[in-house]
Amino acid sequence: MHKPRLQLQASFDIAWLQYLDKQGRATQPLPEFASPDWLTHCYRQMQLARLVDDRAVKLQRTGRLGTYPSSLGQEAIGVATGNALMAEDVYCPYYRETGAFLERGVRIEEILANWSGDERGQNYQHAPRDLPICIPIATQMLHAAGVAFALKYRHQQQGSPLQVAIASAGEGATSKGDFYEAMNLAGVWKLPLVFVVNNNQWAISVPRVAQTGSQTIAQKAIAAGIPALQVDGNDILAVAWAVRDALQRARSGEGPALIEAISYRLCDHTTADDASRYRSAEELEQAWQWEPLKRLDTYLRSENLWSDGKQQDLDRELAQVMETALNDWESRTPEPATAIFDHLYAQLPESLYEQYDQLRDEQLREKLWEKEGAVQ
Amino acid sequence: MENRTGNEMGERQEATELRDSAPITLVGAVNQALAHALANDPQVVVFGQDIGANGGVFRATDGLQKQFGTQRVLDTPLAETMIAGIAVGMATQGLRPVAEFQFMGFIYPGLDHILSHATRMRNRTRGRLSCPIVYRAPYGGGIHAPEHHSESTEALFTHIPGLRVVVPSSPARAYGLLLAAIRDPDPVLFLEPKRIYRAARQPVPDNGEALPLDSAFVLREGSDLTLIAWGASVKETLAAAAQLSAEGIEAEVIDPATLKPLDIHTIIDSLEKTRRCVVVHEAARFGGMGAEIAAQIQEYAFDLLDAPVQRVTGYDTVMPYYQLENVYLPGVERILDGARAALDYRRGGAA
Ligand SMILES: Cc1ncc(C[n+]2csc(CCOP(=O)(O)OP(=O)(O)O)c2C)c(N)n1
Repeated sequence: MHKPRLQLQASFDIAWLQYLDKQGRATQPLPEFASPDWLTHCYRQMQLARLVDDRAVKLQRTGRLGTYPSSLGQEAIGVATGNALMAEDVYCPYYRETGAFLERGVRIEEILANWSGDERGQNYQHAPRDLPICIPIATQMLHAAGVAFALKYRHQQQGSPLQVAIASAGEGATSKGDFYEAMNLAGVWKLPLVFVVNNNQWAISVPRVAQTGSQTIAQKAIAAGIPALQVDGNDILAVAWAVRDALQRARSGEGPALIEAISYRLCDHTTADDASRYRSAEELEQAWQWEPLKRLDTYLRSENLWSDGKQQDLDRELAQVMETALNDWESRTPEPATAIFDHLYAQLPESLYEQYDQLRDEQLREKLWEKEGAVQ
Repeated sequence: MENRTGNEMGERQEATELRDSAPITLVGAVNQALAHALANDPQVVVFGQDIGANGGVFRATDGLQKQFGTQRVLDTPLAETMIAGIAVGMATQGLRPVAEFQFMGFIYPGLDHILSHATRMRNRTRGRLSCPIVYRAPYGGGIHAPEHHSESTEALFTHIPGLRVVVPSSPARAYGLLLAAIRDPDPVLFLEPKRIYRAARQPVPDNGEALPLDSAFVLREGSDLTLIAWGASVKETLAAAAQLSAEGIEAEVIDPATLKPLDIHTIIDSLEKTRRCVVVHEAARFGGMGAEIAAQIQEYAFDLLDAPVQRVTGYDTVMPYYQLENVYLPGVERILDGARAALDYRRGGAA
């Protein structure tokens, strides 16, 4: 059949950013913000995130935590993101973000509380503006769009500095309508909104190639008129540069951006999962070769910023931090059962008094019974 | 049972105080309430599809964008999940989003955000963040619309913990309840019975006075029978009550207005007088609000009843296209049948 002559209407590129290669060697001059202090701080926070995840998984194994999603292998994305944000920005996270939570000021005991079934764990005392963890995939991207609208609105009404909303998600989440709807709105309304996609290659058992026919996740932003960038997600410098740049542009009114951070989930999807059912030991083995902590460690040592002695000090310090947090978590007094009614509405509707009283009476009966039991 | 003030306030407003203002329709009252809220609270933002220049497909937002600008009254792209979801984000930042779904039949993509997020935000952050959102949607059949434009699935939403479901049935109640919904600190689904959007006019002064949520309105007093209806069905229910009255039977007509949380007190108070009850709704019967009301009545007032609670409802079918719409919707005759079944009921079956 005769093929018509076609003319190019539009063309797009996806750029890729990396500072440290897989072996931890600098491939280009480091960004200015990457001072020795900054680098060692980020390294510490990644170590801490790994430790928290490790302990959380162990706590789950002994039945003290419910299902837990570790961020093993993608600590650089969370730490870089959390680090780049200002306190006034609003972080709208998904569930696999220990490093970002820590950088945002969320306490380890709050993280543990949340996954051990205590809803006070999402009442972040030190990150009061951030949204709680979103479990339904991709929904947080729309919340972030709403938040970004509110921030822009406030800026326009009150002349306050423009703050930014930032949403994180896995690459599987970019298959959902919520993701496209949020990007579409952010693009057309020029919202101060940054999307960070943790492309850790797997959505539970579904590999990226079975998730989307798209060559990159970043290019999905093109259709929404949003600038996008692919970065090495195991290179904290690359993620940090991208997030900072996107935030800065959003803050100056230039609108949204999408960052695809390429990484690899080194753990099971959650403690309820067994990744050996769907991915090979060789693939996992290979992925360990370019993981983010080792990479930064190598670089820091090559610059004489790190040593065995420093590592030992850090290990000791973090073990102490973890122990304090575990104690704080364990010594929490449980919430009264009636709390399930306390925050349902601002004020309990009268029609629920009866159910509230029923629960309170049951609790009182149980307590009395316990006391009597103790006396006998 | 405690006495409620909702009914008194509603009546007072409708009867006396309001005589001076020009009569407006229910949809006009929605517009008036939105304008009042926008004018008096800078945190209120109104958004949805075609609500700007077009004023909404039913003109509920007519003129608002002109008056309040494109930053307060916004046309969104066409995506209901998005409309429901961004409201959650806005509300967490202290805005008071009023989101319009063009029709209730298109609310389902937004259900995820209403159910999974808007109604749970306060609870899961133990009060740190909340979602004072109003989701508005025209609902119900009877306007000869295409498929999916006549949905009456309020029971889906009354099942959701943490949500308020409010349905006005007159211009005055639309104005007062919508203002209350916008000022309420929690998410409210505000269902507007579009069949009576323009069915009647009533003076509704723009005084910013809200009507109480969670309180039923007694629209007509009577001692022989209690008829319960909301939204557009109130019209036929009042007509049935008038017809019964002509036959010497005085029916009390109650409009719960807030379907969740339900003011069962007013209903039980009424049953103490009447001992017989018919619930009317155009939604399908199975698992509908009629079932909930009947269950609560038998829980709290079994001994008061002289007859089983009757349900006059739509069928458990898809709402038909409009050639059969009137077969589906409960009309005056069906309500009268239900009333007679309740009135004629004798224990043991002897007439
Ligand atoms: C709407 C929805 N569907 C299904 C699930 C179950 N689920 C939890 S995590 C997950 C995979 C998510 O993968 P991805 O977005 O890539 O993030 P990752 O967990 O790999 O970091 C699925 C299917 C869910 N939480 N929400």
